[in-house]
Amino acid sequence: MTVAVDGLRVYYRTLRGDVQAVDGVTFSIGDGEIMGLAGESGCGKSTLGKSLIRMDGRMRHVDGSVSLDDRPLPIDDTRAMNKHRFKDVSLVPQYAMSALTPTRKVGKIIEELLESRGVRFAAVRPELERRLTLVGLSKDVLGLYPIELSGGMKQRTVMVLSTLLNPALLIADEITSALDVSTQKAVAETLVEFRDRGYVKSMMVITHDLAILYQVADTILVMYAGKLAEKAPAEVVIRSPLHPYTQLLISSLPEVGVTYDEKRLTGIPGRPPPLLDPPTGCRFRDRCPFAFDKCAEEPPFLEVEPDHHVACWKVF
Amino acid sequence: MLKLDQVTKVYKVGTFGGKQLTAVRDLTFELSPGEVVSLIGESGSGKTTVGKMILRLTPVTAGTITFDGNDVSRLERGRLKAYYGEVQGVFQDPFSSYNPIFKVDRIFTMLRGAYFRGLGRAEWERKLEASLHAVGLEPSACLQKFPHQLSGGQLQRLLIARALLLDIKYLVADEIISMLDASTRIDVLNLLGELKARGLGVLFITHDLSLGHYISDRTMILRKGTVVELGPTASVFGNPQHSYTKLLLDSVPQLHTRWSGHGSGRSDDADEHPSPTLVEVEPGHFVAT
Amino acid sequence: MAAVDPQAESVVAGTVVAPGAEAALRRRSETFHFAFRNKKLVVGLGLLMFLLLVALVGPMLTDREPFEFYDALGQPPSSEHWLGTTAPGQDVYTQFVHGLRASFIVGAIAGCVAAAIAMAVGFAAGYFGGFVDDVLGILTNVVLVIPTIAVLIVVAAYLTVGSLVSEAVLIGVTSWPWAARAIRAQTFSLATREFVSLARLSGQGTWRIILREIAPNMSSYLFLAFILLFGGSILIAATLDFLGLGPSNVMSLGLMLNVAVSNSALQLEMWWWFLAPGIGITAIVAALYVMNVGLDEVFNPKLRKT
Repeated sequence: MTVAVDGLRVYYRTLRGDVQAVDGVTFSIGDGEIMGLAGESGCGKSTLGKSLIRMDGRMRHVDGSVSLDDRPLPIDDTRAMNKHRFKDVSLVPQYAMSALTPTRKVGKIIEELLESRGVRFAAVRPELERRLTLVGLSKDVLGLYPIELSGGMKQRTVMVLSTLLNPALLIADEITSALDVSTQKAVAETLVEFRDRGYVKSMMVITHDLAILYQVADTILVMYAGKLAEKAPAEVVIRSPLHPYTQLLISSLPEVGVTYDEKRLTGIPGRPPPLLDPPTGCRFRDRCPFAFDKCAEEPPFLEVEPDHHVACWKVF
Repeated sequence: MLKLDQVTKVYKVGTFGGKQLTAVRDLTFELSPGEVVSLIGESGSGKTTVGKMILRLTPVTAGTITFDGNDVSRLERGRLKAYYGEVQGVFQDPFSSYNPIFKVDRIFTMLRGAYFRGLGRAEWERKLEASLHAVGLEPSACLQKFPHQLSGGQLQRLLIARALLLDIKYLVADEIISMLDASTRIDVLNLLGELKARGLGVLFITHDLSLGHYISDRTMILRKGTVVELGPTASVFGNPQHSYTKLLLDSVPQLHTRWSGHGSGRSDDADEHPSPTLVEVEPGHFVAT
Repeated sequence: MAAVDPQAESVVAGTVVAPGAEAALRRRSETFHFAFRNKKLVVGLGLLMFLLLVALVGPMLTDREPFEFYDALGQPPSSEHWLGTTAPGQDVYTQFVHGLRASFIVGAIAGCVAAAIAMAVGFAAGYFGGFVDDVLGILTNVVLVIPTIAVLIVVAAYLTVGSLVSEAVLIGVTSWPWAARAIRAQTFSLATREFVSLARLSGQGTWRIILREIAPNMSSYLFLAFILLFGGSILIAATLDFLGLGPSNVMSLGLMLNVAVSNSALQLEMWWWFLAPGIGITAIVAALYVMNVGLDEVFNPKLRKT
């Protein structure tokens, strides 16, 4: 089972023009692969994730295609995507804690969702309870209201709910961001467990936290200003990144374990370009210490080593 | 010296304050000039409450906070204003810290009326410029802008500049970089390091252990309102004694190692009210028993 | 009324986006852009301005007095008497324009009184919270629950509501609770913002913070509340006047209706007599409410249709 994304362009309509949030993105996710999608805020990673399931009415699909196992996904048509959601492609949204209706018991929420997909709750219930226990929740959770659960518990409930119908692709959007450190690990490991047990075939884990991706992802895809910068196995991206942005980003993270007195880390000066009217050529050009004249032309996203794609003229 | 002694904060919740919620319990520690102390805790640990109590934004229920020997909670009016000239705070959300309908220079002009009344215009501008340069910003590039026109990093640095303008001794930094992008975080963090070298004492409140490890001299781990471990950063991180500290260190995702196996990642209350008595296991390294 | 502080969702690259982080400048020009395109606002405001004009200029166009009697008794509109005459022979047009003027005066005074109390109570309750909030909450609830008309009837029985101003003040003093509640809620959410903490850390006094930091941030909200208080007061005044509890020496639209009904104008088919005040009251209040809805849409991006 593979997911193939080809030349995807998704823009947001605004009064002042189109915000080119995802601007020509091509990659694929293999069977059983956990792919991490990393980038800072505004780079388009959340948009990319949501466009694969088409859950946001403000998005406008402009170009490109997505196919699941060589079957195209109707990502430009909200209604047509209805029959794929939760069954083929599922999403654990950002702020999943707020995804549970506060005025209904958890069990009822799940039941209603399943019925709307044409699945009988009673038929699925034993499996549901088994999975809840797997993530460390008791099946009594079904009889509780969301407000009675902690943040981590809600997150895990939503994860179970999103994967109940064994979707081929799961998109997890910043699911660890709002959690405490101790629950983050549990939730991240649950993701891997779901993949290992076959509840989900492949995953796209969207986050700004490279360190979490290093722990759980097989591959990491780095996005910058609506375009792809680098894609490689997690170990390679962290240990030997090729794109200047990735290199600078990693060397600005305290998660490497140094202290201020030992080694001064540095950030990346400047800000990402506005996506309302993006500059031509490489989008990282203005902040890149290695920029030269070829960078005025947009670099293609090429495979420079086996399984290692980069979009940078300096590397080619 | 900023000292907290058996500081406790109890909130009354419910209609007319029926129930009680203890946010901080018997907290004791000191902050000296020229050092960065990290206050590390998860949500509900009371770390923000500690910061607010030091800044007199919320009253202390029991215990004392003293600044150079004076009880902070007794300060009123003029003395309180003087206190704010020595101790200031910067908070988590840069966009919430600015009144959106005014330009950013307002945070400085607000101080001018209160603290720099006699200062001539040229001298005020010079002082302002010096503070902004100290945080790496150019006055002409930011002072006349509105908050939404600047980045989160710039806004936080302006807030630090504001604190520096007053020539403070201590800064309470409450999660000041959590809402910033990864590539700008480190710049603000490095700024704290520079200021420390110039004699500023910083209470760095955070949930992120990696940040604390990078910048702080001493670390305090807070859990449900009580200190469970306190000591030099290298000791606390290198030789953690308390089970909670070990749990936190195990759970932190890092870039140089992977998580070791499937630990009991679920920290759900083993100990509802841990005892606040601290035992010294190494010089300066205290652990709650 | 929907909360006005716009939580505009902007997709801006590079910065961590926070709600409410819109510039006054951009908002203002956007506001004007939407203001002039909003039909409700334009229609409502237009109608209101027209009625205001009539109230100001109308009485100058005639040298008749509202309480004077003239020779024509119960005559339909004619070139002599533009809106006809009442059964005892008063000029309906003169009464109408004076009544309209009275409505504006009552609305303005009562609106201001109610707004002042609502702001004092709302700001204090929202900012201080705790015990102050509890006490003010009780006060608000008591005043809210008191049947205003009943109280005013009792008051009118003991004091002669002699003038427009005293009527307006009475109305103002009893109609503020809902606005106080709304202001409290908005103040509450603004008071938790860090810029309020920062103002405290700059040594600013409490009421200075409320008036210079918080209130300007909810200015559109306060404006809308005032418009509703204004309109509501006119309605209450009309009701009181209709029941005969208003000042009897000042002509008002409600008083006109009172006299018209007690003289069986409906049965006698003297439509000009009751239709004029009826339409007058309806028009002012409708104009205000429609304007309010339009303004709400202008101030709150989420309600816009585009």
